[in-house]
Amino acid sequence: MKDFQGTSGLILNEPLLWEKGKPGRHGFSFPRRDIEINELNENLIGEGPGFPDLSEVDVVRHYTRLSQWNFGVDTGMYPLGSCTMKYNPKTNEKQASLPGFAKAHPLLPSSLSQGVLKLMFDLKGFLSEITGMDAVTLQPAAGAHGEFTGMLLIHAFHKSKGMKRTKIIIPDTAHGTNPASASLCGFRSIPLKSNKDGILAPKAVSEIMDEETAGIMVTNPNTLGLFEDNIREVADIVHKRGGLVYCDGANMNAVMGIVDMSEIGIDVLHLNLHKTFSTPHGGGGPGSGPVCVGKHLESFLPIPRVIKTNGKYRLSEDFPDSIGKIHAFYGNVGVMIRAYCYILSMGPDNLKKASQLAVLNANYIKEKLKKIFHLAYDKPCMHECVFSDKFQKNNKITTLDMVKRLMDYGFHPPTIYFPLVVNGAMMIEPTETESKEDIDFFIEALAAIADEAQNNPDRVRNAPQKCKVRRLDETAAARRPCLSG
Amino acid sequence: MKEFSELKLPDNVKYAENHEWLRSEDGKARIGISDYAQEQLGDIVYVELPDIGSTFKKGEAFGTVESVKAVSDLYMPVGGEILSTNTALEESPELVNSEPYDEGWMIEIELTDDIQPDSLMSRDAYIESLKG
Amino acid sequence: MRYLPHTEEDIAEMLRVVGIDSLDDLFSSIPKNCCCRTRLHLPEAISEWELNSHMVRLAGNMAAFPEYKTYLGAGSYEHFIPASVSYLLGRSEFVTSYTPYQPEMSQGTLQAIYEYQTLVTSLLGMEVANASLYDGASALAEALLMAIRITRRKKVAISRCVHPNYRQVVQTYLGPTEFEVIELPYLENGHTDIKTLDEIEDLAGVAVQSPNFFGSIEDLQTISEMTHKQGALFITAFTESMAYGVLKNPGTLGADIVCGEGQSFGIPQSFGGPGLGMFASKMKYVRNMPGRLVGKTKDVDGKKGFVLTLATREQHIRRGKATSNICTNSSLCALAAAIYMASVGSTGLQYLARLNHDKCEYLKKELVKAGFAICFGSPTFNEFVVEFPKGFENRYQELLGEKIVAGYPIAADYPELPNHYLFCVTETKSREMIDTLVKEIQR
Repeated sequence: MKDFQGTSGLILNEPLLWEKGKPGRHGFSFPRRDIEINELNENLIGEGPGFPDLSEVDVVRHYTRLSQWNFGVDTGMYPLGSCTMKYNPKTNEKQASLPGFAKAHPLLPSSLSQGVLKLMFDLKGFLSEITGMDAVTLQPAAGAHGEFTGMLLIHAFHKSKGMKRTKIIIPDTAHGTNPASASLCGFRSIPLKSNKDGILAPKAVSEIMDEETAGIMVTNPNTLGLFEDNIREVADIVHKRGGLVYCDGANMNAVMGIVDMSEIGIDVLHLNLHKTFSTPHGGGGPGSGPVCVGKHLESFLPIPRVIKTNGKYRLSEDFPDSIGKIHAFYGNVGVMIRAYCYILSMGPDNLKKASQLAVLNANYIKEKLKKIFHLAYDKPCMHECVFSDKFQKNNKITTLDMVKRLMDYGFHPPTIYFPLVVNGAMMIEPTETESKEDIDFFIEALAAIADEAQNNPDRVRNAPQKCKVRRLDETAAARRPCLSG
Repeated sequence: MKEFSELKLPDNVKYAENHEWLRSEDGKARIGISDYAQEQLGDIVYVELPDIGSTFKKGEAFGTVESVKAVSDLYMPVGGEILSTNTALEESPELVNSEPYDEGWMIEIELTDDIQPDSLMSRDAYIESLKG
Repeated sequence: MRYLPHTEEDIAEMLRVVGIDSLDDLFSSIPKNCCCRTRLHLPEAISEWELNSHMVRLAGNMAAFPEYKTYLGAGSYEHFIPASVSYLLGRSEFVTSYTPYQPEMSQGTLQAIYEYQTLVTSLLGMEVANASLYDGASALAEALLMAIRITRRKKVAISRCVHPNYRQVVQTYLGPTEFEVIELPYLENGHTDIKTLDEIEDLAGVAVQSPNFFGSIEDLQTISEMTHKQGALFITAFTESMAYGVLKNPGTLGADIVCGEGQSFGIPQSFGGPGLGMFASKMKYVRNMPGRLVGKTKDVDGKKGFVLTLATREQHIRRGKATSNICTNSSLCALAAAIYMASVGSTGLQYLARLNHDKCEYLKKELVKAGFAICFGSPTFNEFVVEFPKGFENRYQELLGEKIVAGYPIAADYPELPNHYLFCVTETKSREMIDTLVKEIQR
């Protein structure tokens, strides 16, 4: 076998936290007690939490070892479709941890927080420019939170017009958060099938759009990696009957500097700063999901909003039509700082280039692999492409088997079994920060696995071979959940 | 995955189009899901069953069945009031996989409709529908 | 640009494989009326060195410790963060990793979060905790929705002593639904007034915060009993997780769901976000819980490992009927809290929490000695409300100039309490600093 990057190495076992330590140990430097013990009613005092007592060395070794069991973007490529696992710039971490930002209390008077208020105000301007939309809220703490905010905005819009609309059209390729967010807002999801080319057909939309429908949730480019060619017509149909168009902006990485979202008829869209704008995923969060809207929805945006008067910035709640608050304070400022730095570091030309290269990388992979894996839609893709296990099914090898084998080759699996419209889907999004060599390596690894699926299927079926644990029993975990130690 | 010929499809039950089976005796009926359905779902991890005393119409969802990665609604093959539910499934949902027609039964209902023969399938009709 | 590795040769070769001539051709299949924008009007790219200067300048005109002494709490707390915590959190295998859907490649995150879940159950006295929600406010909203799902009733009661922003978030979440939010008033001593609880029908849940916004420690036992008499679920919220280092935890006092903000444990304040929504409940409600859960299991060789589990509650499977729409959560913040809790330990946290309490009591006593009125009589944790004479606002502004932020004026949220200020003292304030504050206030 060629010298692929997946290899076995010395990583250490590490017990659970409470299997270590000794009573009386601690890993914390305790501040001096310079005031007397004050009275505290006995009835209010508890027994204290049953945490283990660990020394600093115990703690550092524990988490260092645990970290070595993880794969990260810094380790290797994550070709996860619709996740945009691009490189997380290190300078952004440094800037976010500057004490002026890290130690800032959210309720500081505005005179003492001009720096971060300016950053937030400017970031809103950048996102507005990149999307082409008129106004922005930075409050949502994640993409799904942004979707929920978008649904609230749409709900408020219709309410302000005295209309009660109860339905939202949701394409069959939508991310699960879309119908979940719509439900949270009390909307009923009306499913919409994509056409044989994998995109929305205007005719199908006009058949279900009516005056009880609040709007449609689209993703563009969609989760098949295809641009919704008919989006303008679809938007017109929805608008004509008084509805609004929500765009899930998770795939914005394909179109920065190329598509103006307001031009194509979008009324409200969310962005994922932890996708398009390079902020780290952190093993599942925190992210940030700003929402960008057209002028007609601006008055409903959450409060407070950062405004600028006579060169000074402040937070204002003076927006009577606002939907209210969705976060305790102003959103994930720490994440915003990273995105702000990314945008300043890239500049307008590199942001466009990033989208172009992301799309180039995906199309390159598509061309190289389309004879080896079944390509769901043989047409130009955007920043991601979707294959399936159709060719390998005859040997009873599934997408799951193949991506588990990919781990042995040193790559994180792509997104699997999503979107639901493709059976055995394998969605690959390389992003623009992967070099040609790494992508060639990835292609060769997948090709080698397809070959194994044909000639040595047991190797694939029994994968992964090199990981610390293999094929964990998820059934037992769900039947008899053990959720704490 | 079982081959078609390996599926257990007894003829002492009737089948519904959503893959539920029904076995009736003395104005009561036991309901569960077919061997085909449990094969499709994979390892069952949880079954959500309705409250005793609740009533459902034919075709209404009375509960859900979950595997690790999927959830499916369970539909009433006929209308009726829930008399009892199989509490063994709380501890051992896998009974649905191993004994779909016996220990893996789900609900017992009192019949308020008469079973309409043409709305439920015989075993042969069900096999035909699966092949189609 | 250092994040874009493609050379001109790379691009040329790749274009050849794809069968097109230029990068622009990649977008030729997009309808003409959908693309081809003019150049984005953004600031020109700056170098790493220019970015450093720019950001230092922005951060420079912010009020931060140790230059500024802020006595602000109200949902965000200043606590010491050990260097070891920040250091471990900087490990890029934690920072740059994805959600652990592929468990073989993310056992680090999974075991760490399993441990976090366990530590949270221990802290709050509950049976199961999730892998985090965004923050304390959204966690409270989710808790109420969970109570509504479980009881299938339509009304919830929230104390007016719950953080005003949290209540606003709840109103926003429940606004478009058919569910009703009833506000419970407060008593003279700073506790929630529950007299009207037994008059509310169709009650799904009752939510109080303890310590509450005024810093007062609520009588959770009594409220729990009254709530359960109504057949409703009892929800305790909190904004200062440090409190449960010393106070009786909500679990032992009858809470069914506990939710709150964990920022105090090793997470920088960062102007209010990211935070950490801690969420825990009784095991019998676990299938109704929002958010991710990590479970322990074995692999095919019998080795112990961890996986995300009970995923059928979540959006990617249950879609429109999910317990919540949450996908990305606050995982790295949960890790920070776990590392902090592991570093502080049981004995340590009790010491630290007691120190917080006592330092705050010291300020309270000194202010009383100086002739100022403490608003509420009930015992408090590290926050309390002071009523200043009319006109204190001027002194407050002067103190800002002297780099002291003397509390948070609460009149905007509680118009019935003008000239009232919420003070917070944590272990970061020395006796000397507290003495200076009192002296300066008096001048």
